[in-house]
Amino acid sequence: MATTSEYDSIGLKVGIEIHRQLDTERKLFCDCPTTMSETEPSVRFLRRLRPTQSELGQVDPAALFEFQKGRAIVYEADETTSCLVEMDEEPPKDLNPEAVEIALATSILTNSKPVEEIHVMRKIVIDGSNTTGFQRTCVVAVNGWITVDGKSIPIQQISLEEDAARKTGESGVTVSYRIDRLGIPLVEVSTGPVITSPEETERVAKAIGNILRDTGRVKRGLGTIRQDLNVSLRDGALIEIKGVQELDLLSKAISYEVSRQLELLRIRDELRSRGIKEAQLAGESADVSSLFARTKSKVVREALSSGGVALAVKLHGFHGLIGRELAPGLRLGTEMASRASFWGRVGGIFHTDELPAYGISEEEVLSVRRTLGCGESDAAVLVADSEDKASDALTAVVERARETLLGVPTETRMATADGTTRYMRPRPGASRMYPETDVPPVEVTQEVLARIKAKLPPPREAVMKELSTDYQLNKKLVDQLVESEYVCVFRRVCSESGVAPSYVATVLTENLKSLGRDGVPVDRLTPDHFESVFASIREGKVAKEAAPSLLSWLSKNTNSTVEDGIRELGLRMLSEDELRNTVDRVIGANHSLIEQRGEGAQGKIIGLVMSEVRGSADPATVANMVKARIAGRSRKK
Amino acid sequence: MKELGGYRGRALGLITAAGASVGDKVRLRRDHEAIDGLLMPRTSGRDDTHLVLKLATGYNVGVAIGEGTRIEVVGAGAEPALSRPPRPASSESLPRVTIFSTGGTIASRVDYRTGAVESALTAEDLYSFVPELASEADITAKVLYSVFSENLTPQHWKHIAESVRDEIQSGVSGVVIAQGTDTLGYCAAALSFALQSSPAPVAFVAAQRSSDRPSSDAASNLIGAVSVAARAPFAGVVVAMHEWMSDETLLIHRGTKVRKCHTSRRDAFKSIGANPIARFHLAERKLEILESDLPTRGSTRLICKPDFDDRAALLKFHPAMNAGIIDWHVDNGYRGLILEGTGLGHVSTTCLPSIARAVEKGVFVGMTSQCLWGRVDMNVYSTGIDLQKIGVHPLEDMLPETALAKLMWVLGQTEDSAKVSEIMRANVAGEISPRRIEGVDNGNHE
Repeated sequence: MATTSEYDSIGLKVGIEIHRQLDTERKLFCDCPTTMSETEPSVRFLRRLRPTQSELGQVDPAALFEFQKGRAIVYEADETTSCLVEMDEEPPKDLNPEAVEIALATSILTNSKPVEEIHVMRKIVIDGSNTTGFQRTCVVAVNGWITVDGKSIPIQQISLEEDAARKTGESGVTVSYRIDRLGIPLVEVSTGPVITSPEETERVAKAIGNILRDTGRVKRGLGTIRQDLNVSLRDGALIEIKGVQELDLLSKAISYEVSRQLELLRIRDELRSRGIKEAQLAGESADVSSLFARTKSKVVREALSSGGVALAVKLHGFHGLIGRELAPGLRLGTEMASRASFWGRVGGIFHTDELPAYGISEEEVLSVRRTLGCGESDAAVLVADSEDKASDALTAVVERARETLLGVPTETRMATADGTTRYMRPRPGASRMYPETDVPPVEVTQEVLARIKAKLPPPREAVMKELSTDYQLNKKLVDQLVESEYVCVFRRVCSESGVAPSYVATVLTENLKSLGRDGVPVDRLTPDHFESVFASIREGKVAKEAAPSLLSWLSKNTNSTVEDGIRELGLRMLSEDELRNTVDRVIGANHSLIEQRGEGAQGKIIGLVMSEVRGSADPATVANMVKARIAGRSRKK
Repeated sequence: MKELGGYRGRALGLITAAGASVGDKVRLRRDHEAIDGLLMPRTSGRDDTHLVLKLATGYNVGVAIGEGTRIEVVGAGAEPALSRPPRPASSESLPRVTIFSTGGTIASRVDYRTGAVESALTAEDLYSFVPELASEADITAKVLYSVFSENLTPQHWKHIAESVRDEIQSGVSGVVIAQGTDTLGYCAAALSFALQSSPAPVAFVAAQRSSDRPSSDAASNLIGAVSVAARAPFAGVVVAMHEWMSDETLLIHRGTKVRKCHTSRRDAFKSIGANPIARFHLAERKLEILESDLPTRGSTRLICKPDFDDRAALLKFHPAMNAGIIDWHVDNGYRGLILEGTGLGHVSTTCLPSIARAVEKGVFVGMTSQCLWGRVDMNVYSTGIDLQKIGVHPLEDMLPETALAKLMWVLGQTEDSAKVSEIMRANVAGEISPRRIEGVDNGNHE
């Protein structure tokens, strides 16, 4: 990784947009709950979105292309999580006041200036992720700032928008989306492009995350946070990276993007020094199917036998450059392949920097090069598929090759799980937005703001003080609890269950963390789940040691009750008789030990009994009973 | 001319003082701050203490104006330069279809600068917004009106009927009428009577989602309607709208048997007491015939009888109905009344004297049912028998709205009250279904 001064010298500028789901009662524009569905869809319907013209009469080329290819969208829904509004069969209702309140609280906490009247806009999005063909979005506040490690970071805008539908599959020209997520309120916080290193990006993201969490009304867990990055280098391009889900992937994504842009600039320089001109990349593709009549390549064979063709194109002067690595696992060839699959819907491409391989023989490579008239410094790209797909794919490859001559193409990229990025789509021009006339504007008055200010959660320092004085938690637990997202749950459980605060805090921090590490979906637990578990401890239905296993069970069975869990896990407290039977059995089995050591055997016997009844009996009761029974034995003698 | 976009009071004062116009780039100054943006229109009926500005990000926000607020124009609004995609090559040999638009926005584009929705009114616009039309028909587009459908009256019906007649007589293969959905059912029924024995299809079409949005049903409904007009094997007045929520199929309904049954869904239009005529498959652009009792295209000669008399009313009976409403209509010169009665065709006995008086004064009174599905039968209960005795005509399974449109048309054709009754009870345009077996198979009457 480069150092800070190196990032300075290449002029790295990063802006970040953080989107977070709000934990509201209902969705942004209808009365559906803000939960994800756990059932199979009960209705499926098909739609086609038609690109609309911009004010200049232009149509987004990517959208038009999709439409012309007959792109169909299948929406999947069920009755519990969506209604006619999400299906675009009923006009939206009012902007959810609860969501507005949370967004305004965020505005106040980021020193942003709320607008005086909120106007909902329609932002055209035509990939199918919104049934309407647009996303409803509105600015709530502008021109704020936060301080991160002594540096002021401008907050350009706080907005409120509806979350999109979840993509559940794609096959051929059909893409499917589940609409349970559509309409869940999202708050979006966007910074100015003033961040100058990957590490700083992570710190800023964390600071904004803390502010959002401090409102106490955002959702937690995987899929509830999405981070988009704008990354630019002085000589490179402004690249939008969508959908970084994990905080610790941010710096990786940025450093890989820097390396990708720098390598693309080196490739550009090399092409220039080879004297390659744009005109030499005219992109005439040739049908080379006949050269593969007896090929061992499965991909090519299958394409040809199902009526397809093998097309190839010469890339003048590209020998050795297509295989050049831009970031781990990402080559110029990968970039070309992404374009080919976006515009041509092909599975992939072959290029001569990686051939012979994949069943394509040296002889076949040579004959392709000969057919195309490739010189030593030229490369060739081959695609096998139906004729129109293959032809679209090679057109896209040649287009990408031409862009290489110019440097770094401006595009929207998608983050992958390893922090590298892939081409997603061309960067859209200025957002095409027009007013959502079905939703009346919302006035933000001074009275509303004053009311929200009065309800703002106390600052972090005050919370820490409260936890250590009111609840007598030690410093370690205070720190852990404040870092966790469970302070509100903690307060509620302590006030209602009467279980020792330090135990509640330990469960909510250490135990949940270790369950999470073991892959238990603890994010799905609601405050009600916690409260019911601790209530059953207070009522003596289970021992407090049972809390982790009950929470673990509930997170996998979120619709069940704590009683179900106690029964399923066999966790109920033993009756006094049952406990006495166990104690007597253990004592009986170890009578020689007791004969030998008398009361000295107590510790060992308690341990043996506890290993059988942990979670179903109170340790103090067990100890007392063991002592009493052993003492009773000696008296009888 | 200055476009002042719905502003009034204090806001309007500020705008006029600055000589600003909607779409202009303005700078708003107040309390040590300046905000730049494009001046946007304001929804009429809202307060006069905010201006709507489009910020550089494209978002609109409302800015409060106080005593010290001033605005100045810092740049004229850029006129949107709409460049149309070239008209797709259309073949001379395609069937000729005329599209009339009466309002609503079956095709439109948004001016993203102001958010205004602009209708596509020419054939060129239609081709460029819905390129598929170019391979369906050779289209001529004509604007009749630009009004919401609730503002269309029987006078408009007459004009529409005459306009359709002229097109059919000029030899087009079919006519499409684009209209707002709200009163489309009335208009389709009216034209079914006015355009008798049409040799060509006349397809009404509309949209439940406005055409400025990517998910609109306007384009697909229009493709279906144009296809029906251009090449359906049948003739007559029909309505082409979505069958369900999916953009897969449309249903073609008979003009006298169709009704808007949902406020917002794409499949709001249902055939009631009749089966749809045909189903249009959008992906294949293919028509599947479901009912074969419409006349065959080209087999008849058009008889246009476009006159309507609007001195007819539709009265819905309800438990608190005051019979004085019937008297009011009679005293104000109405020539006919359609009652929307309960069940098999009943109104309370308190209404009987007023109805009897109406009939005595020569007013036609016909009975339909607010059940919508099913036929009136006024022989089953004594109320029905009494109503018939005083001269109320049972109108079989005619939809109430269709019965009203028909009555206006019949009154436009003749002064003879015996003749009015006779035509009202005859099946003129498929408004009466002689026999129905709906719902016997699955308990569902749709």
